[in-house]
Amino acid sequence: MTTETAAQFSITFTRYIDADGHPTGALPEFAARAADLIPLYRAMVLTRAFDAKAVALQRTGRLGTFASSLGQEAVGIGAASAMAPGDVLLPSFREQSAQLWRGVTPLELLLYWGGDERGSDFAGPREDFPISVPVAAHAPHAAGVALAFALRKEKRASLCILGDGATSKGDFYEAINMAGPWRLPMVMLVNNNQWAISVPRSAQTAAATLAQKAIAAGIPGEQVDGNDVVAVRDAVARALARAREGGGATLVEAITYRLSDHTTADDARRYRDDAAVTASWHGEPIARLRAYLVAQGAWSREDEEHALADAATAVDEATESYLATPPQPLAAIFDHLFAELPPSIRAQRAQALGQEAPDA
Amino acid sequence: MPEIALVEAINLALARAMTEDASVLVLGEDVGRDGGVFRATDGLLTRFGPERVLDTPLAEAAIAGISVGLAAQRFRPVAEIQFMGFAYSTIDQMLNQAARLRTRTRGRLSCPMVLRMPAGGGVHAPEHHSESGEACFTNIPGLRVVYPSSPRRAYGLLLAAIRDPDPVVFLEPTRLYRAAREDVADDGVALPLDRCFTLREGSDITLIGWGAIVRDMLAAADRLAAEGKQAEVIDVATLVPLDSASILASVARTGRCVICHEAPLTAGFGAEIAAQLAGPGLLSLLAPVERVTGWDTVMPLPRLEMQYIPGVERILAAARRSLQHG
Repeated sequence: MTTETAAQFSITFTRYIDADGHPTGALPEFAARAADLIPLYRAMVLTRAFDAKAVALQRTGRLGTFASSLGQEAVGIGAASAMAPGDVLLPSFREQSAQLWRGVTPLELLLYWGGDERGSDFAGPREDFPISVPVAAHAPHAAGVALAFALRKEKRASLCILGDGATSKGDFYEAINMAGPWRLPMVMLVNNNQWAISVPRSAQTAAATLAQKAIAAGIPGEQVDGNDVVAVRDAVARALARAREGGGATLVEAITYRLSDHTTADDARRYRDDAAVTASWHGEPIARLRAYLVAQGAWSREDEEHALADAATAVDEATESYLATPPQPLAAIFDHLFAELPPSIRAQRAQALGQEAPDA
Repeated sequence: MPEIALVEAINLALARAMTEDASVLVLGEDVGRDGGVFRATDGLLTRFGPERVLDTPLAEAAIAGISVGLAAQRFRPVAEIQFMGFAYSTIDQMLNQAARLRTRTRGRLSCPMVLRMPAGGGVHAPEHHSESGEACFTNIPGLRVVYPSSPRRAYGLLLAAIRDPDPVVFLEPTRLYRAAREDVADDGVALPLDRCFTLREGSDITLIGWGAIVRDMLAAADRLAAEGKQAEVIDVATLVPLDSASILASVARTGRCVICHEAPLTAGFGAEIAAQLAGPGLLSLLAPVERVTGWDTVMPLPRLEMQYIPGVERILAAARRSLQHG
């Protein structure tokens, strides 16, 4: 018998700014000047203000079930800020930070979570996918979008964001596996917030990292500190650049923590200790980047007040518009079912609207 | 015009669609070098190249899923699932994704894809290779379901399905892939996706069905004619959207009907037609609606499959029962 090592792998973990806001070394080019990080900081502040408002609206009966991204703002902002406008985002239901950066408006997000499909008819990023509520179902869509780019020889890439629980699903693996031999221009970003509703990361898989699931698919995988917006952006930017240049897909695992309940319909105290949550506030992405910016002399108390006020204004204006938006007419449930409504459904439409049914 | 088999008509339509529209792609397991396990995609790789005929990894959910992504990016993917028994893992993608993309984005994104697959038994295939699962797809709003039973209808309906701006599940009767032959003009003419096909006119009874059993319905009509009864034979072919008007009009003339399908009875698509006949069609009925279907059992292995699949005799028995009323 002979036994030898057939293959060997390792997974790296990258962080540029530590939990206390101290740089761990030189920052990447896009972050060379602290002031360059201010738009990312402001976007994270906007996301947090939006989440707080959305939760408040739900608690007062004016919004449907909502998934806050509290504590995970750096994942979406880091990733989306690495995207080119022509790239396509395929978000799960907790990536409003990325969507806001991409140009989805707070009003559209409120409409969607308020139960109105017009919230997925983005005026901004027209090719971005709507929020995927089914877990990991959008992973093969990202592969399909990437395949479309590759076939058209366009230098564009798709970015799919999904959670730690999603890596247990077949759709996730089927998508990254397909991306391997076809060298698809796709980035699969795992927002590992440690919890899939009540199931902790440790119960989700015995794998030491989620990033290593890339190895089985034959694509690179790496971990980054998901509370460090610089690390997320750097890894995703590298992965997107590689993808656009024909280098194939990458899996990035961003390690963060879900400081909120799963959704407004959840009570996380049923299954996790408050102490662990409280401890996880240390190193959360906004305080971390603020500490860095302040230490670099790039951020003042006045800047902070302005950022908070601007975010509040944007969110309040969106809320006002949302609450003033009348529901769609009932006909809307029929009118987008097919490009052209078949006669049988035209009859149902007429019936639903209380009209005389046309001759079938 | 040459006489060709149904599977060759599928091939002809695929080649035609790929020739006329560069956005049409064919993908699936073994569709490229192998030309498909039934040869439906034979020769396409050579003609259109590996960027338009893609051999995928063995992953049905992802085959449907990447088709959604491709379609949202303005391609027209025609995905093959090797056998209907393997299509059930695509239902999540078809139901939650493909069928809804237009609605949930209010028309911003759409999903012009075709998911085609052989369906039904009768070819002595292994376990899970003979399923008739059309009713799993007919209850999905936003999806068209098509099931031709002749080479010409397969050609014209597949062209229509590929050109349609919305997702279509396209079922092909395995039993007729080689057995059904007729001359087919490769003229690029599509058939409507919302019309039944009246294959034979008759005034005494209406036989309604789809898929391979249509051939048995025609044979039964011949036998009935020999007994002096004229059967009208309707191939539904486009199950969703259903052309109820043609069915109701026929039964209004004949007053009697037998609904035939290979899929199980309970909640089969025949139940929808029966319900419509019990509604707007009720007063034209001279006899109870008859249904001749597969049994409510697991599809048996080949030794018993022809006793599962309803044949000419069961159709005839039902027709005679119906004709004895009144």
